Amino acid sequence: MTQTIDTKTVKNVAHLVRLGISEEEAQKFSGQFSTIIDYFDMLNEADTENVPPASDITTNTNVLREDVAKVSMSREEFLKNAPRSERGYLKVPTVLGDE
Amino acid sequence: MTGQFHTLPIHQIHQLLIDKKISSMELTQAMLRRAYEIDPKISSYVTITDDLALEQARQADDRIASGENITPLTGIPFALKDCISTRGVRTTCSSKILAEYVPQYSATVVNKLADAGAVLMGKTNMDEFGMGSSCENSAFVDTRNPWDLERVPGGSSGGSAAAVSASLCSFSLGEDTGGSVRMPAGFCNVTGIKPTYGRVSRYGLISLVSSFDCIGPMTRDVQDCAIVLEAIAGKDERDSTTFNSPVPQYHQDLNKSVKGMTIGIPKEYFVSGMEAGVESSIQEAIRTYEALGMKVREVSLPNTRYALPVYYLLLMAEASSNLARFDGTRFGLSVSENARDVIDIYLQTRREGFGDEVKRRIMLGAYALSSGYYDAYYLKAQKVRTLLRRDFETALASVDILLAPTSPTTAFKLGEKTNDPLEMYLSDIYVVATNPAGVPALALPCGFSKGMPVGMQLIGRHLDEQTLFQVGHAYQQVTDWHEQLPPI
Repeated sequence: MTQTIDTKTVKNVAHLVRLGISEEEAQKFSGQFSTIIDYFDMLNEADTENVPPASDITTNTNVLREDVAKVSMSREEFLKNAPRSERGYLKVPTVLGDE
Repeated sequence: MTGQFHTLPIHQIHQLLIDKKISSMELTQAMLRRAYEIDPKISSYVTITDDLALEQARQADDRIASGENITPLTGIPFALKDCISTRGVRTTCSSKILAEYVPQYSATVVNKLADAGAVLMGKTNMDEFGMGSSCENSAFVDTRNPWDLERVPGGSSGGSAAAVSASLCSFSLGEDTGGSVRMPAGFCNVTGIKPTYGRVSRYGLISLVSSFDCIGPMTRDVQDCAIVLEAIAGKDERDSTTFNSPVPQYHQDLNKSVKGMTIGIPKEYFVSGMEAGVESSIQEAIRTYEALGMKVREVSLPNTRYALPVYYLLLMAEASSNLARFDGTRFGLSVSENARDVIDIYLQTRREGFGDEVKRRIMLGAYALSSGYYDAYYLKAQKVRTLLRRDFETALASVDILLAPTSPTTAFKLGEKTNDPLEMYLSDIYVVATNPAGVPALALPCGFSKGMPVGMQLIGRHLDEQTLFQVGHAYQQVTDWHEQLPPI
């Protein structure tokens, strides 16, 4: 399943993780990704017939607690780290595009 | 008594404190002076918290004077890896994206250490978000190895290892996602433990890989390691993966005899590529254990060659999801110039805020999770993870502990591996397998190769830190590698 990861694929995954990248960066990452993914392909040699995927590595199951309301961070405190806020809300530019 | 106590282990300083031979204030001031004098050479700290340290030292002295509620950590100066949240103290993960971030809450481990009366000296440098094996991926500065300033301290908890090694704190906390406590401990001649997954609360730890991450102490010796783990471990209702089982009094049973116990040597760890001086130090350590009456047997971890790809694939996948929270809208860096919409803020902020290694890993993680590749990469890696876990279960059913090196070489030079990401990944070859399996591992100094420290690790059964401490302590009673200090 060895394949080269081309710049188009790199740009596509960059968009998936909301990362702006330049053409030059896409080229650099494309070469590096191909080397790394080739190395990962070694996993195909492992026999995993009838082996379940790992899910939880602790023996804890169904950790429950009472759903009790408690005092947590105040809105004012929370907004201390907010880059932009207005009237107690986080502020971001248009989400749904132009009118 | 001045001038030397910064190099003493916690258990000795504690005695001096309660005997009123020194005060926490004297100790803390001396340690701060030393940090300002020495740290510019090694850059282990990202932030030094002088005011807080002096205030906590004053409180510790009051507590000691009153004679009440004194713990083994009361008045002891420590440092924290900068991925552990501290209320009111900048917490950066050594990333531009969090360069100015000041958390509104503290991690559970920070609250526990504060309650114990420990004194926070500062926050230590790391590879950005824990992604790296040399500390060279810090967005701020390269930490240097106190044993040779041309060499790396290891990573990603390189600052925490270097600060203990250079006696700029009495202990530190690191965080081990795939060797990030043990590998730098080995490079810097420090003792450190990656506890069982779930033994220490992750609340307030900035997540890298939620199913691998373990906070662990880095100390001068095994006894200190036991003392600190005892203080930070335990159930936390804010982290549902923490175990309910009570935390043992690790330090009380350290002196139990190891005679008759069995060490397993994983044969797959001794194949090729190991530096001669590392291999001979490990062999010497095995002989030391034989002289202590332990039995030694070769064991097999047949899926070892898959550990590195499993580890990196799952890391990248989980990290790509965990790091989605850094989006420039709620906290952290926000680059919004000419942003037409919220997507532009995400794209610009993450482009400027993340370093190359973080970018590589979140992109590869998204690739491994994307439709068409999910079965081949992510799901396959989770299946092989089950095999890795079974390897440890099988091997540890017939022996008490496993012994292996922490790295195939001693500390490498700065710049030596930065241009080849895969080559850098390979330096983690001995330490990554434990995290997908969840088992605990204790790293401790076991010799020198061409003047640089060599580390070994003891790997144990789930929740059996006690045996690791006991076996590690027995070794340190008959060797003095851990007492060797760097020429700085």
